[in-house]
Amino acid sequence: MLSFLGRRLGWMVITLWAVSLATFFIISLPPGDYVSTLQANAEERGEVMGPAEVAALRERYGLDQSFFAQYWKWISNILLHGDFGQAFAWNNQPVGDLIWDRVALSCFLSVATMLIIWAIAWPIGIYSAVRQYSPGDYAATLFGFIGMAVPEFMLALVLMWVGMRYFHLSPGGLFSPEYQDAAWNLGKLLDVANHLWLPILIIAVSGTAGGIRIIRANLLDELYKPYVVAARAKGLPEWKLLLKYPVRTSMSPFFSTVGWLLPGLISGETIISIVMNLPTTGPLMLGGVLSQDMYLVGSFILILSTLTVVGTLVSDLALAWWDPRIRHSYEGG
Amino acid sequence: MSETVLRVKDLRTQFALDDGVVKAVDGVDLEIGRGEVLAVVGESGCGKSVMARSILRLVDKPGRITGGEIWVRDPAGGGLVDLVPADVRTVRQVRGKRIAMVFQEPMTSMSPMHTLGNQIGEAILLHERVTKAEARERTIELLGRVGIPAPERRVDAYPFQMSGGMLQRAMIAMALSCNPELLIADEPTTALDTTTQAQILELLDSLRRDLGMAVMLITHDLGVAARLADRIAVMYLGSVVEHGDTASVFRAPRHPYTKALLGSVPKLGSGSRARLTPVRGMVPHAYQRPTGCPFHPRCEEFMAGRCEVTVPRPTAGPEPGREVRCLLYEDGGGSHKNAGLSKAGDSAGDGTGDSEGDA
Repeated sequence: MLSFLGRRLGWMVITLWAVSLATFFIISLPPGDYVSTLQANAEERGEVMGPAEVAALRERYGLDQSFFAQYWKWISNILLHGDFGQAFAWNNQPVGDLIWDRVALSCFLSVATMLIIWAIAWPIGIYSAVRQYSPGDYAATLFGFIGMAVPEFMLALVLMWVGMRYFHLSPGGLFSPEYQDAAWNLGKLLDVANHLWLPILIIAVSGTAGGIRIIRANLLDELYKPYVVAARAKGLPEWKLLLKYPVRTSMSPFFSTVGWLLPGLISGETIISIVMNLPTTGPLMLGGVLSQDMYLVGSFILILSTLTVVGTLVSDLALAWWDPRIRHSYEGG
Repeated sequence: MSETVLRVKDLRTQFALDDGVVKAVDGVDLEIGRGEVLAVVGESGCGKSVMARSILRLVDKPGRITGGEIWVRDPAGGGLVDLVPADVRTVRQVRGKRIAMVFQEPMTSMSPMHTLGNQIGEAILLHERVTKAEARERTIELLGRVGIPAPERRVDAYPFQMSGGMLQRAMIAMALSCNPELLIADEPTTALDTTTQAQILELLDSLRRDLGMAVMLITHDLGVAARLADRIAVMYLGSVVEHGDTASVFRAPRHPYTKALLGSVPKLGSGSRARLTPVRGMVPHAYQRPTGCPFHPRCEEFMAGRCEVTVPRPTAGPEPGREVRCLLYEDGGGSHKNAGLSKAGDSAGDGTGDSEGDA
């Protein structure tokens, strides 16, 4: 197991190095850079930036250096000083600060929706499989298809409109106008909760819909295996048997994807966040891409990649912990 | 016969599928006494396994027991209880405790996620008041008893770490864990190689003798049946067409199907170079159940005008405890129901009846 872990960690470092190089390469691919974006913006406003000013800006940001020099500057600062560089478009604030400011909300949103999805999808999925083709199963299937087919942003827009029109809520954003600049107190906390349940609900709908279908399919694969009949022949009560044998086995595919939640924590539900004006990390990254803010975007992609790679390792370890077949194949190999 | 541990009467199990109803078990009558070995033989698809599963009410949907009685000794003590109308609690108390089952494929009949000790100990903990430590002790003892080497280590092994033969031994240990009075072994050796097969059968036989438990051995291997069974029941399309003690059925089979089955088995050392005679034709498709005697389209002794019309009833004899369902042996009264229907019936019946007397 230890040698397996060591090997995996080694590969992880190599993968991340390759990812960082590719990331930096891709963000420097489009013609122009942040300064040319600035220039274009200035021209739109009818101003003209002198060549001297442009050159000064380029030098200041290190944009006149070679690709590898820029890459080295970027990656060594991250590795040695934890410094992700500055976000040009955000008044040269450190990228790290910008991201971490928003991570809390992104994480909260992700974790909350995830818990809701599991809490709803597991019981319904199990019911749906065990009572296959019952009215309840058909209802769950209908909900599943609708939930997966309706785009989230559409749901968000409709619900926001309904909230405003009929319930006089002010959905969207994180705070009501009166609390925007208020200090934190109970009222403000309730106000935030009041604003967050709707996005959580919307994100959870499609997740739950997909979850139910996956859990149902996984469980149906196991439900009629001989070992279930054999366990029943021992005289186990049905619900105990269900949870101990087929449900347990059907959770293996679930554990093999559990690590993908990690990048989800920080990617922020971009579309919903934009539609509902939530300050998560998603819109920040989109803004960075639009203004060719290379350090911001590069850092984002690097952090997401790292979390993905770490998440995959976490998945593999979780699966090994859960499924003895996997555990033994690691130990053997 | 000694005390009855299982009596099945007119058991019917049907599968209501989209294209029609499959009568997998269609009026089976069986009885097993304490310590007795009954072999149930027949071709694949004749309903042996479904019948065995029906006894413990283990048939998955869309299968359903539609009629009949399954009498077993009441787990609440005293007398017999019919499992068909019984509540789930009673059925659960019978499963594993009174009647245990060993399945066809040991590799898939155990959960890959749990150790042997977990799965065997579970049955003990379920039916008896013991602590986990005691259950583990007994599991180790059981594993040793069924011939698994180093049972104190194997108890923590997972099924995928074992060979098929060893796993089937473990399955048998699991079945034995609560000292059942009847063990239903559903083709316990089909998935194993020949050497292992012999060992498993040996094991079953010795356990049966040591523990005095009755065994219902489901098999399509007549050799296996001949070696182990006290009595034999031949099934065809969901009903028992002939049964009796093994020796007399094998020596003088009465039903044409039994004769055909025996004729398709090679005989060692008989010296004859004669070709084997397989049973003619195929098992009919489940939806197209023949009218009258279900075997008539394949029967060598088919009597036109009778066999495709009349469903044969059980006929006793010649030895005590023997029974056959074939119109050949139903006396003249056997055709009284359709006397008007069939003119040639009586003479044909008489003719074959005579020739059978000579055989």
